[in-house]
Amino acid sequence: MPSLFQQIQAGKLWDFHGGVHPPTRKAQTAQKPIGVMPLPDRLFIPLRQHIGVAGNILVASGQRVLKGQPLTSADNSMAVPVHAPTSGTIIDIGDHISPHPSALPDITITLEPDGLDEWRPQYPLNLTTSDNLSILERIQESGIAGMGGAGFPAHLKAGLTQPVDYLIINAVECEPYISSDDALMQDGAITIVKGIDILCKLLNPKAVLIGIEDDKPVASAALKAACSQREHYFVRDVPTKYPSGGEKQLIQLLTSKEVPAGRRPIDIGIVMLNVGTAYAIAQAVLDDHPLLSRVVTVTGETLSQPQNVRALIGTPVSDLLTFCGYQHQSDGKIIMGGPMMGFTLPNLDVPIIKTTNCILAPSQYELPAAGPELDCIRCSACADVCPASLLPQQLLWYSKAKDPAKLDEYNLFDCIECGACAYVCPSEIPLVQYYRVAKADIREQQREAVKAEQAKARFEARNARLEREKQERMARNKQLAQAREQAQQTDSNSNAVAEALARIKAKQAAQTTAPADREQILAEREAKKQQARAYQAEKATSKAPPESGPASANLSSPADPVKESPASAKSAAVAAAIARAKAKKAAQAQADMQEKAVDAEQTKQPEAIEPATPQAATDPRKAAIAAAIARAKAKKQADSEKS
Amino acid sequence: MSFKIASSPHNRVNRSTANLMLLVAIAALPGILVQAVLFGYGVLIQLLLAIVTAWAAEALTMQLRKKPVLPPLKDHSALLTGLLLAIAIPPYAPWWLIVIGTFFAVVIVKQLYGGLGNNLFNPAMAAYVMLLIAFPLQMTQWLPPASLQSDSLNLSDAVCAVFSQFSCSGFSISQLQTGIDGISMATPLDTLRTDLTAGKTLTESLQQPVFYGIAGAGWLWVNLAYLAGGLVLLKLNVIGWRIPLAVLGSLFIFSTLSWLAAADSNPSPLFQLFSGATMLAAFFIATDPVSASTTNKGRLLYGALIGFMIFIIRKYGGYPDGVAFAVLLANMAVPLIDYYTRPRTYGHKAKGTGK
Repeated sequence: MPSLFQQIQAGKLWDFHGGVHPPTRKAQTAQKPIGVMPLPDRLFIPLRQHIGVAGNILVASGQRVLKGQPLTSADNSMAVPVHAPTSGTIIDIGDHISPHPSALPDITITLEPDGLDEWRPQYPLNLTTSDNLSILERIQESGIAGMGGAGFPAHLKAGLTQPVDYLIINAVECEPYISSDDALMQDGAITIVKGIDILCKLLNPKAVLIGIEDDKPVASAALKAACSQREHYFVRDVPTKYPSGGEKQLIQLLTSKEVPAGRRPIDIGIVMLNVGTAYAIAQAVLDDHPLLSRVVTVTGETLSQPQNVRALIGTPVSDLLTFCGYQHQSDGKIIMGGPMMGFTLPNLDVPIIKTTNCILAPSQYELPAAGPELDCIRCSACADVCPASLLPQQLLWYSKAKDPAKLDEYNLFDCIECGACAYVCPSEIPLVQYYRVAKADIREQQREAVKAEQAKARFEARNARLEREKQERMARNKQLAQAREQAQQTDSNSNAVAEALARIKAKQAAQTTAPADREQILAEREAKKQQARAYQAEKATSKAPPESGPASANLSSPADPVKESPASAKSAAVAAAIARAKAKKAAQAQADMQEKAVDAEQTKQPEAIEPATPQAATDPRKAAIAAAIARAKAKKQADSEKS
Repeated sequence: MSFKIASSPHNRVNRSTANLMLLVAIAALPGILVQAVLFGYGVLIQLLLAIVTAWAAEALTMQLRKKPVLPPLKDHSALLTGLLLAIAIPPYAPWWLIVIGTFFAVVIVKQLYGGLGNNLFNPAMAAYVMLLIAFPLQMTQWLPPASLQSDSLNLSDAVCAVFSQFSCSGFSISQLQTGIDGISMATPLDTLRTDLTAGKTLTESLQQPVFYGIAGAGWLWVNLAYLAGGLVLLKLNVIGWRIPLAVLGSLFIFSTLSWLAAADSNPSPLFQLFSGATMLAAFFIATDPVSASTTNKGRLLYGALIGFMIFIIRKYGGYPDGVAFAVLLANMAVPLIDYYTRPRTYGHKAKGTGK
């Protein structure tokens, strides 16, 4: 049993599941020479013509540019520049209808050719003296993106560092009508092989497999002749079947291997590039001729001269169709790409880009519009032709039911949208369209889910942070409390701490003196009353002599004033004065005491402070008592003097 | 200039559902003709009644569902349902039998489940089973082949028989059932079953006139005609090979095994394959895409299950032929079969082991 490698080298071919055989209709263009168009009036060059990001704009409106001059920069590994396809003036940088199924406007540089076709200086690389890095740089700077349709930047594939078993060159071109690669191979097989040589230098594969459908005998012979000097290049004629040009399908055809779901061909040691990409690489490296034009098949029954045309990037579709003798039919359609996977254009201002391989202008009889969509009868003709071995009728069911879980279970995302299922469907169900919508819905849901997940994570992180801070705060407080306790228990002799604590407590106590203040006020008031009484008593005694009778009233004293004698009245006045003085003194003392109490409060040890407040509270009372005693004494004195 | 916007693909094969249905109906014509020749005009009258009823029932339901009436009539699915039921029932069954049956098939079994593509059961077979259970007498009124009939029926006799159960000359159906030897005759399968149950050996039973030929007089030709029609459908890629092969293969295997085990009480595999509705079932009934399995492995399983059930019902069941029951039982198993026979998707490991 020969090894897989031996079988592959021996030319064994495998088959992939399903596939269809739509009428190829390539004869009307395949054997004609590649047409060369006059310069268009305007070129519309979209900034992004590949999978990745657009480069930064290097030119300004009104600037004159030379042929091959980069219009954008390749300052990012996913960026691929675009170039001026001919010399002329930049007349606008702004939105223009994009060559995309959505036809949404995209940023586009508009170039007005000056007809001189004047080149910028060119610096071809010498392969023998150039290192791989400079070759890769040149490929990127030349704006090369996969020309088979996907537009993946070529320098990324050519720059892969993993070991490569097989470099597969895709020359299958399985879509009906399209013959641009066929024409290129007939014309430029030698350049293509030079491009493959460069790729081999970069990737160092064990073998090169060139897959070409067996309905292109001329191109196949040209390639075989060009490869004859190279031992490890194998041209393989594969049976004509759609979609054998799909990357995964061609790998299966030539090597029997399957690219595991969600992985890339390099993971199984395979790199695949389109034949047109190999051609463009050779031109870029060996001639410093960046990607400025490409071969486009312009075909369909509404054209009087269907043919392959070498069109400058940016050429509007209208110019191409006019060049090929287009007769407009009402309700007709213009398809960019092939009849199986191409998309219809809303108008003819759409430009040709690096990935455009075909402009199809069919008559209504040629590709009639789909009839009304009928119910699925579960004939599973779709499943029989699916190259990914999916069950399209189940996917349709779950697409209609909007059941993402089931769609995932039935591997919706392994659908390559080749259209074979819809091609065979007897009920004319636009299956691929259903899958596109379902995929878009699921992607949208996933985006939403990611957003929600992020919001949730943010919210949870915030909650965690708040909780953490709270815990930290509590821990700190606990620590401080413990420290305080320790200080009280074991460190009470330590003056510094004790004093600090005392100060704190004193402060706290000061805050509680409000009631003490009130008592002080009350005491003062009492003292004032005392004064007032003493004064009245004095007045009474001073009045007493003129009234000279027991009738003279002394309101402040319960003693009977009537009995007061003038002599005793004198002594009573003296006594009253003394009492006044005493009262004053008492009030003074009271105030002094209060001041002292406050001082004590502030300076005494905590233990001593404890009764400070009550003391402060009792002081005014004492003063009041003292005042009352003084008053009583004064009265007694007055009485005794009277008597 | 305005341009049409459409989604890819922009080209399609020229084969519509209506084409497919019509092709199946046309491929059944040889079998129908042989049946008409063998059993008389009754077959054609039943056919006409069934198709008219099917169209009427379909139109009525679409009207009630407030949906366009014409498209479902144009897809020829109702026509095919009526046709299959008409050729399955006895040619001189009363007219109301086929009318009730077809109405049931179209309205209950198909439209109530959501119309074409949504029915779980094969409409013709579900209706056949309903009739067999509800009207067992009328459903077993098979006349002997014309060659064995004591009195042959002309067209007007046939019309009278279907509509009044008496021929124009006044013979009742039971009288007509009596063969030239004066013994009432049922189908070969029925006769065989009765005899074997009664303790006769196969050889004894096969002495009866109804068994002239390999699989019973006439029935061989009917089956051969359906086989021919089925092969045409295979050739035209209208049906796949898996279901017919699995039905016939499993019936062949099981009947061979039983025949080898006890040749005297089991009919030969050839008799099994070319008697009753075997070929009709294998190529025209089991292959109904709506109610059949949709995966390749599943179709083999589904067909094998039908073949096995036909064998089991013929041998042990309460009815002489088991095609209708076998198909309905397999229909019920289809969701399960489909679920467990999903193909391995490109780039994925075998089922259950993730992506």
